[in-house]
Amino acid sequence: MGTLRVLLEKEITQIRRNPILPRIFVAMPIALMLVIPWITTMDVNDVKVAIVDNDCSSVSQRITSHVKGSTYFSFRGNATDYQSAQSALESGEIDVIILIPNGFERNLSSQQPKPIDLTANAVNATKGSLGMQYVMQTTIKAIGEIQQEKGLNPTSSDVIAIKYFYNETLNYQHYMIPALMIIVLLLICCFIPALNIVSEKESGTIEQINVTPVSRLSFTLAKLIPFWIIGIIVLSIAMLLAWLVYGLTPTGSLGAIYLGAALFVVTMSGFGVAVANISDTMQQAIFVMFFFVMIFMLMSGLLTPLTSMPQWAQDVTYLFPPRYFVKIMRAVYLKGATIAEIKMEYICLACAAVVFNTLATLTYKKQS
Amino acid sequence: MNEPIIHVENLCKKFDDFTAVNQISFDVSRGEIFGFLGANGAGKTTAMRMLCGLSFPTSGMGTVAGFNIRTEGEKIKSHIGYMSQRFSLYDDLTVFENMKLYAGIYGLSRQQTLQSIDEKLEQLQFASEKNTLVGALPLGWKQKVAFSVATLHRPEIVFLDEPTGGVDPITRRQFWELIYNAAANGTTIFVTTHYMDEAEYCSRVSIMVDGKIEALDSPKKLKEQFSVQSMDEVFRTLARRAKRTE
Repeated sequence: MGTLRVLLEKEITQIRRNPILPRIFVAMPIALMLVIPWITTMDVNDVKVAIVDNDCSSVSQRITSHVKGSTYFSFRGNATDYQSAQSALESGEIDVIILIPNGFERNLSSQQPKPIDLTANAVNATKGSLGMQYVMQTTIKAIGEIQQEKGLNPTSSDVIAIKYFYNETLNYQHYMIPALMIIVLLLICCFIPALNIVSEKESGTIEQINVTPVSRLSFTLAKLIPFWIIGIIVLSIAMLLAWLVYGLTPTGSLGAIYLGAALFVVTMSGFGVAVANISDTMQQAIFVMFFFVMIFMLMSGLLTPLTSMPQWAQDVTYLFPPRYFVKIMRAVYLKGATIAEIKMEYICLACAAVVFNTLATLTYKKQS
Repeated sequence: MNEPIIHVENLCKKFDDFTAVNQISFDVSRGEIFGFLGANGAGKTTAMRMLCGLSFPTSGMGTVAGFNIRTEGEKIKSHIGYMSQRFSLYDDLTVFENMKLYAGIYGLSRQQTLQSIDEKLEQLQFASEKNTLVGALPLGWKQKVAFSVATLHRPEIVFLDEPTGGVDPITRRQFWELIYNAAANGTTIFVTTHYMDEAEYCSRVSIMVDGKIEALDSPKKLKEQFSVQSMDEVFRTLARRAKRTE
């Protein structure tokens, strides 16, 4: 234990003396938390709508006024014909066209009403599909009101009722913030201790350590413990910022978050050290690490939902430890899940921690 | 005490089809200053790394301080000191911090640590530079500090791989005084060098050519054997036989 203490002292002194690292630990969470949530928004709130009104009836006027009144749309006027509206759609001036056919109101009460045509520009798939849904809801609501006033059975005004759970405001920032915290932890705990080890290889100082009776475990632990602590501190800064700037506080318990975070940093730093142990140069280590971190970010439900992946890809994600932490963070932060409710995620993460750290200790060779 | 502190038999190290060290055998007795000479690429560092438990032998056997180099590498490590070709202390730690780190690693108590650091600093007349970052020292001083670190825990044997490479003649002289001092206290010295004047200081010298030991004796006897005036000439005669290049 005495060895571990002197090694820890050495690592901490070196981190403190490093001209850049301590500043990055403070600057990184601040920069990520303050900037990224504003620019990676997927909220749809400016759908540009044009209406081609071939009916000129009270129904079409009602639809128009509803579109004008909605905060989701910006009404770009009535087009004289579908042709001109379509060319505006192609040039990107408008996103959705509502085409109300001639005689729409007259046929409303008949058995076979003429359909309204909706056309959306789906180059931006999210905006296209979400915008289309909003337009549909708005149109149906307008028609429903008219039908009610005329004493007809409303077709579907209340038939479609959409309710969003857990992130009720559909605030994309709230969805992104736990993800950003995970990215910060991933960068600090995966990259930095690993690069630290490779730099000792490059400068030759590790050879002097290898020729001493120091145990592989003490040496590795001394490399990792400071970054575990730094990771948890940085996470706390990020959570504080989420509360101060975005008013987002964890719905679940802090204990559940910190337990998950602790397991996660231990797992990922073990992975980083294993990569460092098999790399001889900084280039090699960074390249291999980056490859895996990219896969982790794209395939763990961090940025896109897991359920939208093909089944085989979903199966593969069980191999990636960040998957479990992403689930834990979102479940605890946004849904208020307790540890007992998502205990499988904690167990899987703990197993991953054991596997990666065993790998890290085994790949460290003092004698080759 | 009569048992050799290093005993090596038919030691080999192969990297793929390249034989870096080819069947070397020798003994080193306690208290000796053993010079391990050879041209660049002759296999000195590779052989030394095997003795220090940094590298596994491909074949052959050996013991250092009574421990098998193949199976008891970690036990060897607590009985030896090692100073590599490349300066390998931490540039961003001070002289004192580097010494304290290694004292701690070798398991010295707090009191022993402080005491032996004081002794070393005194010996080097370096107390004023105690809190200087090692990276800021000139090379000659760095090497002296590295030597002190390698002998801080009073090892039975210390391995020095070209400790005076690139060091000026005055500092070289001072460095050898440190070596003599350690030897006088009973530490066995195993040293590689390219300076033939340094070879003359050794009790016995081996000369490696192309992975094999071609000569092994005291400098005096080697000179007689080759009927020459200096170690320099002995070395040249042998090194000229080398076939492989760096």
